[in-house]
Amino acid sequence: MGEEEGLHQTQLLDTMFVRGLKRKCFDGEEDIEGTLAGIKAIPSYNLQRQSLLDMSLVKLQLCHMLVEPNLCRSVLIANTVRQIQEEMTQDGTWQMVNTQSTGQASLDRLVSTDILCRSSREQAEGKLVPDYSTFNKDFESDQAQDSSETMSTASSVQAPRNLQSNVWEMENPQENKGSFQKSLDQIFETLENKSPNSVEDLFSEVDNSYYDLDTMLTGMMSNSKMGHCDGLETFSSPTTTTSSSNCKSDLNELDHIVEILVES
Amino acid sequence: SYTADIISTVEFNHSGELLATGDKGGRVVIFQQEQENKTQSHSRGEYNVYSTFQSHEPEFDYLKSLEIEEKINKIRWLPQKNAAQFLLSTNDKTIKLWKISERDKRPEGYNLKEEDGRYRDPTTVTTLRVPVFRPMDLMVEASPRRIFANAHTYHINSISINSDYETYLSADDLRINLWHLEITDRSFNIVDIKPANMEELTEVITAAEFHPNSCNTFVYSSSKGTIRLCDMRASALCDRHSKLFEEPEDPSNRSFFSEIISSISDVKFSHSGRYMMTRDYLSVKIWDLNMENRPVETYQVHEYLRSKLCSLYENDCIFDKFECCWNGSDSIVMTGSYNNFFRMFDRNTKRDITLEASRENNKPRTVLKPRKVCASGKRKKDEISVDSLDFNKKILHTAWHPKENIIAVATTNNLYIFQDKMN
Repeated sequence: MGEEEGLHQTQLLDTMFVRGLKRKCFDGEEDIEGTLAGIKAIPSYNLQRQSLLDMSLVKLQLCHMLVEPNLCRSVLIANTVRQIQEEMTQDGTWQMVNTQSTGQASLDRLVSTDILCRSSREQAEGKLVPDYSTFNKDFESDQAQDSSETMSTASSVQAPRNLQSNVWEMENPQENKGSFQKSLDQIFETLENKSPNSVEDLFSEVDNSYYDLDTMLTGMMSNSKMGHCDGLETFSSPTTTTSSSNCKSDLNELDHIVEILVES
Repeated sequence: SYTADIISTVEFNHSGELLATGDKGGRVVIFQQEQENKTQSHSRGEYNVYSTFQSHEPEFDYLKSLEIEEKINKIRWLPQKNAAQFLLSTNDKTIKLWKISERDKRPEGYNLKEEDGRYRDPTTVTTLRVPVFRPMDLMVEASPRRIFANAHTYHINSISINSDYETYLSADDLRINLWHLEITDRSFNIVDIKPANMEELTEVITAAEFHPNSCNTFVYSSSKGTIRLCDMRASALCDRHSKLFEEPEDPSNRSFFSEIISSISDVKFSHSGRYMMTRDYLSVKIWDLNMENRPVETYQVHEYLRSKLCSLYENDCIFDKFECCWNGSDSIVMTGSYNNFFRMFDRNTKRDITLEASRENNKPRTVLKPRKVCASGKRKKDEISVDSLDFNKKILHTAWHPKENIIAVATTNNLYIFQDKMN
């Protein structure tokens, strides 16, 4: 059911993309009127493209944190990010987006549909999303709501304004679009070099964020000593075998994360 | 139907008598077809549970600090050589050869052991007897005969047994290895597409299969929609393909999602070996091995999803890996879709049909009713609109009996077995 609702709410994005597509196809055929119409269309195409970029970055970060990311999915998303980046570079909109403030309101709306979809899905799966707090921590105070999903709304909205505040590199905010390439590179490096050193690197970036998430951390710590069977009771899940195995793997994730924290 | 943990693979054996399923919990369940009932000549035998065993357990990779899932990614049967059956099952990292054998007799009358296995005091033995085999209730035993481990850094997506029945290949995201079924401590790397610099990685291997007749030939598909055919006689490392199959992109359909939907999720040779079929997100394509520049047939599975790609990207459905299969005579191909729908395409008549695997809508022994999805506009009676489709109900795994019109269709938790009405 959650998926259905999600589908409805992102239909907005779908129709916008279809429109954007047509504009792309007719790129070479502008007359005066076309140009005017094109100029009017530019903000909405840019917005939807930006929203796709934000969505992709969130997805990449999510798989940064999973037990072992699906390499095919990561590669496909990374390629999508590169495509968008290349197009934005050609368009010259890369610099434009930083100064644009008018689009913020509609971005909120676009991104909030994205979050609504995700929250219904993640709730169904009983997953926690601690990684969202690795986005700009400054904005946690701005957001009155305490759900982690809403934090990601704020952060995604901020992302276009501060493309440079790279979500992977909290310690070294980059000032140019090289940060995207670096972030993609870092993902693949991490995937490839999962030696003990890089595992620590992987988690050292997000350590601070975990300490911020008091409730989640408490939950994790209390689960860390439990066996898998005991832990299942702390998750409310529909009584199907499917979700209990989901819970089990989520618990394994938590145990694994807690082990890392304890070690470091 | 059979309720299980999430089913992750379905495969008939070479005779079709046995049907194996693997699930997310690392279990394998094998069904056996009943012998045909002479009195009920209008129906073929039903499939009942024959054997259940735990193939893989979850493991922890201490070096990477990551868990290795026990989910069974693929099962492949070996052709039967003696009374026992053999299959290969694999999770992300380890392939296992399982022997499934029947025991319907047991020895009785040992001299030194009691019937319950306890040893007798030898001094109490006064006479000797010869143990004899007595019938017992049929017991089906599964035992692991070989474990092929530590050869894959990345996640195994395919295994395929060679037509020589001595070797097999295993493919992960970046590499393909060749094994001998008898040798577990080494394998031969035959494809390696890992770039020297992982930052340059843009393409992964998605599926691989040996040619059914030609033991030196195999294909592998990629996330960019290409298929490479390799000949192992050409060189030891098959990094250079003999043939590259790729359809040029349709510029009118270009979008940011073009590459993702071109990613091939499954590749299967026809039984004849003349054709191969690939599945990408929206379509099934049939390729003639002699023609590299485009498929000879293309079938749209759910074209109505093309306008929904952004939503499907957002909820990750766009990354779903659907499999596909041929019927025994290579005249029909089948693949799954959403809402528990699956599709069949008749290559000769060019007709296609959409069916649904669900308990609510189908009583046993009734004929499946064709379904139709209404893409846009006015929805007719009995049609389902795209927006009402349940994207959680996906049929990723289907299998067709090698000889008869019996199909196995796996929904998330259930296995459905359908057969055509016999006259």
